Amino acid sequence: MTAVTRYLRSLMLVELFRGLSVTWRHMVAPKFTLNYPEEKTPKSNRFRGLHALRRYPNGEERCIACKLCEAVCPALAITIDSEQRDDGTRRTTRYDIDLFKCIYCGFCEESCPVDSIVETDFHEYHFENRGENIVSKQQLLALGDRFETSIAAARRQDAAYR
Amino acid sequence: MAEIRNYTMNFGPQHPAAHGVLRLILELDGETVVRADPHIGLLHRATEKLAESKPFNHSIGYMDRLDYVSMMCNEHAYVRAIEQLIGIAVPKRAQYIRTMFDEITRILNHLLWVGTNGLDLGAMTMFLYAFREREQLMDCYEAVSGARMHATYYRPGGVYRDLPAQMPKRQETRWTKGKDLQRVNAWREGSLLDFLQHFCDDFDSKVDDYETLLTDNRIWKQRTVGIGTVSPERALQLGFSGPMLRGSGVQWDLRKQQPYACYDEVDFDIVVGVNGDCYDRYLVRIEEMRQSNRIIKQCIAWLREHPGTVMPKNFKVVPPTREEMKEDMEAMIHHFKLFTEGYIVPEGETYAAVEAPKGEFGCYLVSDASNKPFRVHLRAPGFVHLSSMHEMLSGHMLADVPAIIGTQDIVLGEIDR
Repeated sequence: MTAVTRYLRSLMLVELFRGLSVTWRHMVAPKFTLNYPEEKTPKSNRFRGLHALRRYPNGEERCIACKLCEAVCPALAITIDSEQRDDGTRRTTRYDIDLFKCIYCGFCEESCPVDSIVETDFHEYHFENRGENIVSKQQLLALGDRFETSIAAARRQDAAYR
Repeated sequence: MAEIRNYTMNFGPQHPAAHGVLRLILELDGETVVRADPHIGLLHRATEKLAESKPFNHSIGYMDRLDYVSMMCNEHAYVRAIEQLIGIAVPKRAQYIRTMFDEITRILNHLLWVGTNGLDLGAMTMFLYAFREREQLMDCYEAVSGARMHATYYRPGGVYRDLPAQMPKRQETRWTKGKDLQRVNAWREGSLLDFLQHFCDDFDSKVDDYETLLTDNRIWKQRTVGIGTVSPERALQLGFSGPMLRGSGVQWDLRKQQPYACYDEVDFDIVVGVNGDCYDRYLVRIEEMRQSNRIIKQCIAWLREHPGTVMPKNFKVVPPTREEMKEDMEAMIHHFKLFTEGYIVPEGETYAAVEAPKGEFGCYLVSDASNKPFRVHLRAPGFVHLSSMHEMLSGHMLADVPAIIGTQDIVLGEIDR
């Protein structure tokens, strides 16, 4: 490029207009953004969101208080107490997850031998008061009941890879 | 006569151009920086110490959080160190998946870099375009691991799960239906590899767009050309690595010099700069995105033709599959042992390094034949680059500070660890 053409190009603001043509092209192109609360980005069936405790189809809770999840949790977010129930089975009396400590690594779900603790694809939750970050066993079971269809569907789709 | 004194000011720790929580104490003579003193430690989370109190696998998730824009590369260094000590063989398919995701990570990192550095220097649009492409790659992260950033996907021995055969699709809504829905779901019809193939075919033209916006732009050149020049000799003396070193013209890339994973089987070029200023480092990073794209394409082609396992059948280190665990007593015992005690790593010490997007990310691991590391040290490229802040900054104007912080591509997560 000779000095003259370089001078002319610089004077005519060629590179700035080229840049503007890119932004103009994007202005008329279909938009990439979406209207969030109504529209959502698709979520993978491996998504790791809020935790839940599942039940068997007959309504019995799955968790047998083996405490593998408690042992494997890198952030020590899970606290379990257990007791023998009247029918002789071993069950948790307390199953707390501290969501402030949890790092959502998915190890608890990986370790659970009875597919009880799972991470659902639900991530739009919030706390309004102090202490609500600790989710109790009842809340986790309720979450499990609420999301059971999507939990089961996601696990079924991904069964071949687990 | 009034005494004339240099003016000392605080840059950060909450300055948006400080890229995280970097506190920079600047001594100014008028508008010229005389001395720059970076203060770090505001994001210290004691990752190295934490790792000493946990079985080996538990710390994988914490590696993601070191350099939180190149997640899987950090994991790669850590799991490679463990693999070297155990001496476990990694299946070929897992190696290719790792190669592919390391390159996806590189593109993610450089996109964030070009976006935020553009934003620092007054190019708002770049930020929006870069994040649009990042979104697609984050979807790939999510499809394989279930998390958009902190994946915890690499494991000693391979990767956690194989690539999924389908991508999640957008649902019909009031705004997106019919033709529009088909358009937004066009890439998502097939498997993850199909999705990535679409992305790769499209990405080069996107990089062309970025270059049209920045490379010749006079404002961009005025802000970067001749700023923060580092000579190749000095770059080596300062211990630079990655694009910071290559920008100065030194041909050094761990992917070529000490190939790991499958880098010796894929075809790519080392990108080097000439002048060693901010502009050259920008060009290096842009070209590296194209090279990464090339590697990803080759990995996709290989992965399509070679299905197989992604984890070895070594139940002393790798947990059995869920089906095996539920049907076989021995597998169940292995499952319980692995998730409570973990595995024993033979006594010894090792260093494993990967070419992370920012430079050489290394993990020095000492094991005393227990289930927890005796010592983990992480070599963060950003720490070394940040140490040169004074040298790179002094003599420049205050307005060049964001340009130089940006060009070092520092992330305080890995610097403070």
